Amino acid sequence: MSVLLDIDSMCVHFKVGAGLFKPGKTLRAVEKVSLKIGENETLALVGESGSGKTTLGRVVAGLEVPTAGQVRFRGERIQSSGKIQMVFQDPFSALDPRMLVGDIVAEPLRLLGEGTAAQRRERVRAMIEQVRLPADAADRYPHEFSGGQRQRIAIARALISNPELIVADEPLSALDVSIQSQVLNLIMDLKDSRKLALLFVSHDLAVVHHIADRVAVLYLGRLVEIAGRDELFSRPSHPYTRALLDAAPRIGARRTRGASTLKGEIPSPINPPSGCVFHTRCPKATDICRSAEPVLEALPDRPGQWAACHFKE
Amino acid sequence: MSQKLVMPEAAAPPALEVGGLTVAFEKQGRRVEVVSGVSFSIAAGRTLGVVGESGCGKTMTSLAVMGLAPANGQVSGSIRLAGQEMVGASERAWADSRGARAAMVFQEPMSALNPVMTIGRQIAEVLVRHRRLGWREAHEQAVEALASVGIPSPALRAKDYPHRLSGGMRQRAMIAIALACRPAVLVADEPTTALDVTIQAQVLDLMVEMQERLGMAIQFISHNLAVISEIADEIVVMYAGKVVEKAPADELFTSPLHPYTRGLIETLPDPQRRVARLPVIPGAVPKLDVDFRGCRFAGRCRLADDHCRAVSPELELHAADHWVACHKVDV
Repeated sequence: MSVLLDIDSMCVHFKVGAGLFKPGKTLRAVEKVSLKIGENETLALVGESGSGKTTLGRVVAGLEVPTAGQVRFRGERIQSSGKIQMVFQDPFSALDPRMLVGDIVAEPLRLLGEGTAAQRRERVRAMIEQVRLPADAADRYPHEFSGGQRQRIAIARALISNPELIVADEPLSALDVSIQSQVLNLIMDLKDSRKLALLFVSHDLAVVHHIADRVAVLYLGRLVEIAGRDELFSRPSHPYTRALLDAAPRIGARRTRGASTLKGEIPSPINPPSGCVFHTRCPKATDICRSAEPVLEALPDRPGQWAACHFKE
Repeated sequence: MSQKLVMPEAAAPPALEVGGLTVAFEKQGRRVEVVSGVSFSIAAGRTLGVVGESGCGKTMTSLAVMGLAPANGQVSGSIRLAGQEMVGASERAWADSRGARAAMVFQEPMSALNPVMTIGRQIAEVLVRHRRLGWREAHEQAVEALASVGIPSPALRAKDYPHRLSGGMRQRAMIAIALACRPAVLVADEPTTALDVTIQAQVLDLMVEMQERLGMAIQFISHNLAVISEIADEIVVMYAGKVVEKAPADELFTSPLHPYTRGLIETLPDPQRRVARLPVIPGAVPKLDVDFRGCRFAGRCRLADDHCRAVSPELELHAADHWVACHKVDV
């Protein structure tokens, strides 16, 4: 696998609550995360809200600047070259309601200064066809389209500059159930035909299982486990990964109360717990977890699976 | 398997009985039925799941059951709460009923709770209104109610305003408000949709636990089939304002009959059966302000023929407790 994106000890900290006479506090949204994405690979980022998955995706897309660490794309610092593009969760707020769809889709090319107006129009026409929107879509406004069609417009905009990596932040969760599979199929088709790599941020584990090659689990800004899809779903190593898998509702599974439900809520990233940040909710936690932060380590005999836990399974 | 409260079968009427419920609006001189002839009933201690996509009428059905349908909506049919007919009842009768006999939990606790009133007072208010308690006693019971839904330090939290609580805690607080007067019916409209999966699991556990303790009937509305599958005893599938299928939960998922139900289940990625391409239901949910002739799903249905496009199918009994509205299912 040749590495497309290389994230090395990335931290993203935000100053919050600072005033004239108050120093403010530091919110540690992403804390020393390292991971790689290969060419044509789909890496899924999962975790609860507050886990840092959206922030990490925004850094990769160039919308946020990391506080520390390196993010390299093909060995170089990220530039606005159109090679990494983003698809957002809500297709209703992600498209400018006053722009024609054709102009929305063409905008990345315009900003990059690629081609003449006529050439751009032709590429927009081809792109609109590829995402299976009606041919006259370019001359209409976003409000004339349904949620699923708007997400197709957003995908067309993301793909027009021929990117190699797409960051998709919960691209299905604002869509109706019967529309989700349509858009999911489209994303997978385009990924195959254009040899794209995908950073797929999602809370829906069934969708992640369907689309991902590898899965990274974040908790309170830390990477707690990363593994191939099948390994992660069949033999999760970190107790948090196991808890997430157990919490996901399943068809045909009658609710057995409290059996494996994770207690409590994700703590504040402004004042994270000592030691292992998961110890406040972990069924396995002991004294060492409260004092020493575990490091991400490869699991013996399980290639490609890494976990940060004193009591890895 | 959770233990359900066992209720005597005879005598007592269902906690909620809805018959031929229709909610219609006038739109540009045309009558638009957003809920059309919906019927179901829920016994005490049981949970009915209502599943469907946006625009299928599931939220309007639950608002009608609470007497909260918009004022310009025409509600007809029958809604019986613990045996009493509520369609056509006065606003006063509805106000006496809401919170006491039927209560509701909404998707977005932040917009459903009053932001300028403490959590404790919002619970006490219900007790003062319906139980005629004094404020002091109502506040004491409010703290107990918060404790019963698993909110830590309930006496302190009772003095907090909603914005101080996390999403999961707010949803617990809303459940405490809804259950303060031990209603016979709890209507829960997408109560876990805004929550993380881990917190969703906690809130579902809480609802099951409270039902075991208080024995209320639950009408649980969700677009999420997996959540519905875990919590419901019986399921109603709605499409474009109509009930298209109704069956016991296990049966609905093992042998779905309506092409829409089948489509919904098939389109979900299933970790047990991984496929390269997911099956899809073509098209999108129709707008309701058109003249429907025939089956409302016909435009997206692979099986549809001229008969389907001309004649609206009735909900008919197919197997024990399994109802379906489709010309293409052999009844």
